Amino acid sequence: MAKVLVVTSGKGGVGKTTSTAALGAALAQSGEKVVVVDFDVGLRNLDLVMGAERRVVFDLINVVQGVAKLSQALIRDKRLENLWLLPASQTRDKDALTDEGVGSIIAELRTKFDWIICDSPAGIERGATLAMRYADEAVIVTNPEVSSVRDSDRIIGMLDSKTVKAEKGEQVKKHVLITRYDTARAARGEMLTIEDILEILATPLLGIIPESQDVLRASNVGSPVTLNNAASTPARAYTDAARRLMGETVAMLVPTARKGLMDRLLGRRAA
Amino acid sequence: MTASLLRFFRGRTASAPVARERLQILLAHERSLRGRPDLLELLREEILAVVSRHVVLDPDKVIVKMERGESVSTLEVDIELPNGFERIAAAG
Repeated sequence: MAKVLVVTSGKGGVGKTTSTAALGAALAQSGEKVVVVDFDVGLRNLDLVMGAERRVVFDLINVVQGVAKLSQALIRDKRLENLWLLPASQTRDKDALTDEGVGSIIAELRTKFDWIICDSPAGIERGATLAMRYADEAVIVTNPEVSSVRDSDRIIGMLDSKTVKAEKGEQVKKHVLITRYDTARAARGEMLTIEDILEILATPLLGIIPESQDVLRASNVGSPVTLNNAASTPARAYTDAARRLMGETVAMLVPTARKGLMDRLLGRRAA
Repeated sequence: MTASLLRFFRGRTASAPVARERLQILLAHERSLRGRPDLLELLREEILAVVSRHVVLDPDKVIVKMERGESVSTLEVDIELPNGFERIAAAG
């Protein structure tokens, strides 16, 4: 039974695209057949993070408008044979996406894949509402920072009212994914803690992704972090999160802070 | 334990509790408004309609602001009228 998962946040720059790529690759590595769909029309980037930017011929809008068939627009990952990408358009404007068009593409993808992961654009406009419209589950990417938490709360409200599931009186299954978490700073009272965020958002936790250079390194070379350096802390955190999405129970590891001796002796350094 | 001790000695740097408190207050307020029409937008439109019956107005020149205080809040309505608006009204 196919699952439609939206990766959303409201706020930009919190790690939606990185998380879409990393979770998609991790699910595909576990043998699931996965398609990651870029809904950021006009500002596509999932292709770049996935390392497929030079292979884009047709896109989501072409399929919506009937210019191309879905099979022509899907790009198969070169590393994982059961991972596919449906890119967004770079040139069209976002009004080219229609509710009916998205609905029929999602319905067709449901017949071909186990997971349809929709990478939402930032904001709460058309692109973001259409990315979540047909979702069964949602990953709300949140940074431990006030504006991100506020926007996540807003998005949670939309997931509970503007989705097809919500309109049928059902619930989109929601998960919070905390990214760019810095345990040391949270322990020093400089950053909202995991408990703070979960208490405020009242939504179950999918995983904690630590702030890490490995994330930038992976996007630099166009590889999901779970493939680029599978042993790295963020990759392991994403892999655990993907296993939880598949229904496994995996112990939640709070990334440990690496504090130097001097740091301990002198207390905090300027942040 | 260590964290709370550290926090105790360096109370000045612990801004996260402030963040949490501000969020809790703000979100309680925002959640209560969710799904309802935007009050300010509604006021703006209705005030605009009333004044427009008598004066020709540029809709962009009607500014409605609200400032929330602890015990009272203030509503500020700023309407820019073109010069000679009385005559326009009399003629209309």
